[in-house]
Amino acid sequence: MAPSDRFSRSMAMAAALLAGFAVVGTALVALTQDATHQRIADNELAYLLRTLNEVVPASTYDNSMFADTIEVFDPDLLGTEEPVTVYRATREGQPVAVILTPVAPVGYSGPIRLLVGVDANGVVTGVRTVDHRETPGLGDAIELKRSDWILGFDGRSLSNPTLEAWAVRRDGGEFDQFTGATVTPRAVVKAVRDALLYFEEHRERLLSGDPGQSLDVTSDIAAEQDQG
Amino acid sequence: MREIALQGLWKNNPGLVQLLGLCPLLAVTTSVVNGLGLGLATLFVLAASNLTVSLIRNLVRKEIRIPVFVLIIASLVTVVELTMKAWFHDLYRVLGIFIPLIVTNCVIIGRAEAFASRNRPAAALFDGVMMGLGFTLVLIVLGGTRELLGQGTLLSGAHMLFGPNVDLTIDLLPGDGGFLLALLPPGAFFGLGLLVALKNTIDRRMEARSVAATPMVLPVEQPG
Repeated sequence: MAPSDRFSRSMAMAAALLAGFAVVGTALVALTQDATHQRIADNELAYLLRTLNEVVPASTYDNSMFADTIEVFDPDLLGTEEPVTVYRATREGQPVAVILTPVAPVGYSGPIRLLVGVDANGVVTGVRTVDHRETPGLGDAIELKRSDWILGFDGRSLSNPTLEAWAVRRDGGEFDQFTGATVTPRAVVKAVRDALLYFEEHRERLLSGDPGQSLDVTSDIAAEQDQG
Repeated sequence: MREIALQGLWKNNPGLVQLLGLCPLLAVTTSVVNGLGLGLATLFVLAASNLTVSLIRNLVRKEIRIPVFVLIIASLVTVVELTMKAWFHDLYRVLGIFIPLIVTNCVIIGRAEAFASRNRPAAALFDGVMMGLGFTLVLIVLGGTRELLGQGTLLSGAHMLFGPNVDLTIDLLPGDGGFLLALLPPGAFFGLGLLVALKNTIDRRMEARSVAATPMVLPVEQPG
């Protein structure tokens, strides 16, 4: 056998071996994917629903809120150039509340993503922080697990307090700031106020407009994770 | 066997001596549960990859061994990632990117190359488990130290690992206010540095004692 023959044979062997391992590895991953994907999708839906229900309690509505969504766009009031998803809660076909997902663009370190629940009368049913990079121990008091500051928005509306008082105390408003951190609560207060202003302007469309695009919920979450 | 265990857990500990896999080690150790979760995931991948590599060690020629190792490790990590997403979803949300990043943990390919490809399957599996345990222990100790100093608790968030009804949180320093630095990234470096120093001190003490007892025997350095 000529040396070049032996060389090409051993190369072919190596390639075949490598291909063999690639096939086995891929098969293993594919099998696992097949065995887990339903459970993973369920988990992600459950997680989304759990978060949404913190803002609008499950007992107040009877539709599949995560499926009844519209996409809105308003960089000025909603804080992002991206379309913003609005989840809509109804009971026996009547609108109960909507959940806006605005962004507070000027946190201490980057944007703060929020969930703002607003009932049909424009009263806040709840606010939660979804994602932020504020300083641990100072700015992260906007998380419910760190402090109950975020609950201070419950029951508020554009007339309670008045528009001028929608600010932290240092700016002459009604909302507490944190010791050592004013920027973070200021950003969140403004974002919630702006979300209410947006709701006020577009109430009809938000509450009872036709569903624009029904989002594929799972791929939406995957996209969020990619950013994180 | 005893030597393999000693190597993984102490003498050649991946976290404290080989200093491999520092990225996840430093990033996720803000609590005991986070450390334990990542440690167990790493342990599983390490044991399975060591076993597989050892089983095929006579089949794979040395020119293509690295791509083959990478394929094996990447497949295993993906399996772990999907499993975790399906059964430990909350923990997965906390550990996030660091689960897929196990692929790049040098401990794993290091053990495949340095040990598993040269030893029998049983020994390789045992080495994987011991190295994984050694890594997990460092993660737990570092996580525990940082959690205790930073938050005043231990084992908070245990429900992410053991089911929704389990609450093992031990509140050792009630009241909010902890030593915040411990939870921030620099705290991870300080903590790891102190652990390495502590291990070296203990080693030196023991060495001094054994030299004093048997003056003729020189301590033999283990090759890293």
